[in-house]
Amino acid sequence: MITFQNVTKSYSVGNTALNGVSMQIEDGEFVFLVGPSGSGKSTIIRLITGELKPSTGHVQVNGYSLDTIRRSEVPYLRRTVGVVFQDFRLIANKSVYDNVAFAMRVIGAREREIRERVPYVLNLVGLGNKSRRLPGELSGGEQQRLAIARALVNNPSTIIADEPTGNLDPARSYEIMSLLQEINRLGTTMLVVTHEMDLVQRFSNRVIEINDGLIVSDRVNGA
Amino acid sequence: MRINNLGYLLKEGIRGIFLHGFMSFAAVCVTLACLLIMGMFASVMYNVNILVNELNQTNEVVVYIDEQLSDSAARSIETQIRPLDNVLSASFVSREEALEKFIAEHEGDSAFSGVDAQTLRHRVVVVLEDNALMDQSIEQFLNIEGVADISAAHKLAKGFATIQHIMQVVFVAVLTVLLVVSLLIISNTIRIGMADRKDEIAIMRMVGATNGFIRVPFVVEGFLLGMVGAGGAYILVRYLYNFMVEGLAASDTLQMLSFVPFRQLRGPMIALCALAGLFVGIVGSWSSIRRFLKV
Repeated sequence: MITFQNVTKSYSVGNTALNGVSMQIEDGEFVFLVGPSGSGKSTIIRLITGELKPSTGHVQVNGYSLDTIRRSEVPYLRRTVGVVFQDFRLIANKSVYDNVAFAMRVIGAREREIRERVPYVLNLVGLGNKSRRLPGELSGGEQQRLAIARALVNNPSTIIADEPTGNLDPARSYEIMSLLQEINRLGTTMLVVTHEMDLVQRFSNRVIEINDGLIVSDRVNGA
Repeated sequence: MRINNLGYLLKEGIRGIFLHGFMSFAAVCVTLACLLIMGMFASVMYNVNILVNELNQTNEVVVYIDEQLSDSAARSIETQIRPLDNVLSASFVSREEALEKFIAEHEGDSAFSGVDAQTLRHRVVVVLEDNALMDQSIEQFLNIEGVADISAAHKLAKGFATIQHIMQVVFVAVLTVLLVVSLLIISNTIRIGMADRKDEIAIMRMVGATNGFIRVPFVVEGFLLGMVGAGGAYILVRYLYNFMVEGLAASDTLQMLSFVPFRQLRGPMIALCALAGLFVGIVGSWSSIRRFLKV
């Protein structure tokens, strides 16, 4: 569960990214966070992943209180939150399999667990038959699927996708969004940050709209 | 961090070395060169210490006894000197024995054949424990009733102590400079490695790797670079040292500088190279990683 209570975040005097944001995302929800560039979306992501601390207010993510979290606890918070980026952030010289396995290895998973879990996740995102390829040999949509597999492999309770379709054509964008919906149906809380309103309209999910650091609407599509 | 991750972390450390092979090679070479200079310097220091200690022990103070004293009173001076502080040994030498020794040292030169022993004084030959305290000892000897004069190689003893002291200071200075140079080179190599792998590090942090886990492969890399450099330096020090000892033994003029065989230095030299390699490897890598790990 993600809770923001009256959160403000200022980077410097006169530069306030969030201005009293309050919201709650329940476990298992699928939420779109929309808004124009500079509206505060990225700040929300960085607060959720523990990169930033709120200036005032209270942020709670999967049981961790982000305003009081110790540095040594941040890695453990991040294991509960998978992140997918617009630019994929894959390791170019590692195979599809190793890119995903890497995320498990660096948190100390056993090789046996890795051998079982990685093929399962790659099949889930439709890359089961491309595990030996390098990221450069995949299409944009496939690379994003790989990034999703990596975010998913450590079984986080929440996935945050930051503009996951920003580099994709409309058909691939729809496919990726459908894949995220499918993962959400398996129980993972999903927060998708995007500014592609056309795409958002095609799904009947909760949409939180932010502008100038304030939540301007919180509604469910089609409701 | 689990035991089953150690293989992975070790593998990553080794991979890092080959990822930027030329820099790793340069780091090993610089470390090797620094430890080689340090090792040779230390081995020479070790021998100088032995030499100075030996010279210290053979440095005698000759206490001349007033010729007015009877033979028995003169002999009692020896028993008064022996219990004093800083006295390693004291032995009475009669004027007759002194003359015999003098003539023998001059290979029976006929010029000394008519010398009367009565022209010499009885004496006590004293070997001191520490020549640095020679002045105090001489003062004590002069306070003994019946002591007429003292002959001591003051300046020579002080000169040896000064050379030893200067060498110690120079050794510490050289050691510090070389360690700093090695540290900087290893630190720079690790930093280049981290820059090469900054995307990987960002992903590691993003998926929840602890700082310790991110750090270990780089520390392993630094450790291996340091140890390879130290191992190479040890082998070269061994060969160069033996070469130097053979050269000294073959030289007519430098034969008096007899250096100890390398096997006597082996233990301390392995410890010195290993510790220095360990230090530059681990501290060099640790310091360069810290800034990359801020949350």
